[in-house]
Amino acid sequence: MTTEIIRNTLRFFVLLLAQVLIVQNINLSGYVILFPYILFVIMLPFETNKHLVLFLSFMMGLCMDFFYDSAGIHTSACSLIGFIRPYVLEYIAPRDGYDSGVQPTIQDMGLEWFLRFAGTLVIAHHTFVFFLEIFRFSEFFHTLLRVVLSSLASFGLICALQIIFIPNPSRK
Amino acid sequence: MRNLFTFIVRHNFIFLFLLLQVMAFWLMFKNGSYQGSNILNSSNKVVAGIYQMSANASEYFGLRQENDRLAMENKVLRNALKSNLYVLPLKVYKIRDTLYRQQYSYIAGKVVNSSVNKRRNYMTINVGGDMGIRRDMGVMSSNGIVGIVTDVSGNFSSVMSLLHKDLKINCKLKREGSFGPLVWDMVDYRHCILTDIPTHLKIKTGDTVITSELSGIFPEGLMVGTVESYERRQNESFYTLRVKLSADLKKVNHVYVIKNQFKEERDSLELKTQQQGDD
Repeated sequence: MTTEIIRNTLRFFVLLLAQVLIVQNINLSGYVILFPYILFVIMLPFETNKHLVLFLSFMMGLCMDFFYDSAGIHTSACSLIGFIRPYVLEYIAPRDGYDSGVQPTIQDMGLEWFLRFAGTLVIAHHTFVFFLEIFRFSEFFHTLLRVVLSSLASFGLICALQIIFIPNPSRK
Repeated sequence: MRNLFTFIVRHNFIFLFLLLQVMAFWLMFKNGSYQGSNILNSSNKVVAGIYQMSANASEYFGLRQENDRLAMENKVLRNALKSNLYVLPLKVYKIRDTLYRQQYSYIAGKVVNSSVNKRRNYMTINVGGDMGIRRDMGVMSSNGIVGIVTDVSGNFSSVMSLLHKDLKINCKLKREGSFGPLVWDMVDYRHCILTDIPTHLKIKTGDTVITSELSGIFPEGLMVGTVESYERRQNESFYTLRVKLSADLKKVNHVYVIKNQFKEERDSLELKTQQQGDD
């Protein structure tokens, strides 16, 4: 339990700093903007109280807004995914629920499950961020293209981060 | 009343979420406008400190190019030195110069954080109110103009870069002298759009675009960019010019903040005239 808290606190700061110091400087194109920091929200343990998830997501968004000068955009998008996370988890739960001690990772839950879970959150977050940033519908398809391309790229990066940094479970 | 209370308690998760969203939107509207006082921004001490640390580290990677650029600039400045000029050795005379008075002065600073891939791009620079920086001062690099100061803390300033959807700067064509507002096309970080250029002018691609005196923020004649293409949009009697910015906003590191010594005088005069007009 304590190790989980330490591990998640560490992950919060590492992902925040990685996002603002490294990923922010990666300019692939105006259409592909990476936000791998939401991996923090994705990887909170299954057992976490949903109010706590919401609060932590809110804090993560607020910190991002400080660094990105984006005033509330990330706060709003992060609280959104913090809010829908428990419902998504419930919707795609395996028939006999989640085993204890299992992490929401590709290694533990399989790629298909992770695609449905993280994919939903990534798309929800990116849609919110890009539409709030421009705040009008006049360039709807232009913005939609940014959402789609950026979501794909962010999701790819999130998967890569998980595969690289999380050791394969030895119990298999 | 009691029913309402139980309703809120039962759905407290949703209400908590709505409360957080309201806070987020409040921040957004409080902060969104150019005039609004900024609560969240990167000239904040902790945030700017972290960016400064990272900028200090990454500065080493660009030292060679930066040295070359500064050496080039030194060369230009050295050529303009008075000691390089030939003095007519005819007679000694003294001039009390009443023709020239310094109007613009420059304060050098360094960029500690910048972005180019958002709709509203800002930079943070490491000079602030303590060094005499105020809001609405112009910012340039040695290659061309960069933006306008929007917020100032003790040691840092936030600069609204040219790549900000709400920024308009009055610029003019060097050859034709015609001016119009320069705005960002929100497509890529190398180009802006200059509008309101009358169609009777003969425009060539490659024409130089410079700042105009009208803004009162930049002195006249600072480099902005060159015309890359131009078109006349339907039903418009003006040309729209695509301008390639001469400053690479992704790489800009050393900047100068431009202080107009006469700005207050000019602003107060203009305000007075306007008020008299309103009466």
